[in-house]
Amino acid sequence: MTGVAITGVGLHPFGRFDGTTTTDLGVVAVRRALAEAGVGKGGFQAAFCGTAYGGVATGHRVLSRLGLTGAGVPIVDVEAGCASGSAALMLAAAAIRGGQYDTVLVFGVDKMPKGIIRSSFFEPWQEEAGLAATPSFFALRAQRLALTSGVTKDHLARVVVKNRRHGVANADAMYRKETSVEEVLASRVVCEPLHLFMLCSPNEGAAALVLRRDDLVSSPPVRLAAAVLRSHVPGSVLSESTPLSGLTDDDVPAPTALAAAAAYEESGIGPTDLDVVECQDTDAARELQSCEELGLCAPGGSADLLDSGATTLGGRQPVNASGGLLSKGEPLGASALGQVVDLVRQLRSECGERQVDGARTALSHTVGRGANAGVVILTR
Amino acid sequence: VCTNHLFPRADTCTYCAAPDPEPVELTGPGTLWAWTSVTAPPPGYLGDVPYGIGVVEFPEGIRVISRLTESDPTTLFLGQSMDLRIVPLHDDVVTYAFAPAS
Repeated sequence: MTGVAITGVGLHPFGRFDGTTTTDLGVVAVRRALAEAGVGKGGFQAAFCGTAYGGVATGHRVLSRLGLTGAGVPIVDVEAGCASGSAALMLAAAAIRGGQYDTVLVFGVDKMPKGIIRSSFFEPWQEEAGLAATPSFFALRAQRLALTSGVTKDHLARVVVKNRRHGVANADAMYRKETSVEEVLASRVVCEPLHLFMLCSPNEGAAALVLRRDDLVSSPPVRLAAAVLRSHVPGSVLSESTPLSGLTDDDVPAPTALAAAAAYEESGIGPTDLDVVECQDTDAARELQSCEELGLCAPGGSADLLDSGATTLGGRQPVNASGGLLSKGEPLGASALGQVVDLVRQLRSECGERQVDGARTALSHTVGRGANAGVVILTR
Repeated sequence: VCTNHLFPRADTCTYCAAPDPEPVELTGPGTLWAWTSVTAPPPGYLGDVPYGIGVVEFPEGIRVISRLTESDPTTLFLGQSMDLRIVPLHDDVVTYAFAPAS
């Protein structure tokens, strides 16, 4: 089967950029990725743009600003919540593997409102009744993780400390200052057990990649080994689909676990083969839950995994060496592709102080509203 | 047709897509399975803060996510018996919530 190479990546840093538009941010990332790949007008046959808050024809606005739309190249905006970028990547990779296109541009961009994310996902009555408070769902999951995995508040604080330490060396991150367990626990309680510093900030940014059939690329630096999206699975009351009820059956598979299983099968790479992982740390507990769902540890083993130091830079399998969403913030449409761009740089040994030595395999994971879970595996 | 229970009532079963699920009354009391408290008003919310939110489990095999009448998480415990109440939300609007069984 045709393989997929990643021939160029670009980012607009994640943060808050008053006075810029969504289009401005997208333009920066796309221009950088195309320049790296050496691709110009007419050099790609399709474009997929992940965005959740960008509005109608976000991708079209970015590409028309860059003068890249002349030949009527199809542009498709893709919305899959926090996994919008993974979904765009899945569609682009499938189109290349299926022989439809040789070269595809994939990018993601968002400029999120400040504060708790307001989502059109909820019915107005749910918002009115207080049943649409995103951090409360995070908190309920965190409490269950405490019961099933022995995760304490101290563990949650240490996830934040770890990721913020990783983020110091990431020039594209929003928060680049270390924090301490004491400082995290002194920040205000948003929803017990989650304190403010344990939650990532919705923000702004963009990320872009150029994908190309690997048989057209001499010695591709990085290959896309799998890009999988798995969506809504009914049954878990605390699923990212945020239903109003679920079953008492605790064996309902999580979309992340399904996406990971499919990605491991598609790539022939298992969880123990991974050198570096970027996973959804929308809140500190989510990183630990993600580690379990991705099979980086046994079910119930995420607190021990953190304690072992394996997921810290310098450890056996660093998780969120970029600083994670806790350092970068989360522009929904750009989030997953931001992870992939960072992992491409890890596999190209371009990450300086936060480089994972000799990294050859990497996994990106995002999960959110819908539910939608995306898992991407890269190799070099 | 499956035997799963879903809430709220719907004209199609989420689990097996069967039309017109049969309405049943859940036996109570429920038991508390998870809980927290919301300290800042989320977008679109018209009630007071802080307010409790939690998950209550029923013998029929269903868990329901709902407001709780108790907003101090330290007073609640796992497996606590919970009763359904209708409570004021704002102005003349009421909603459902679970309260520790008396």
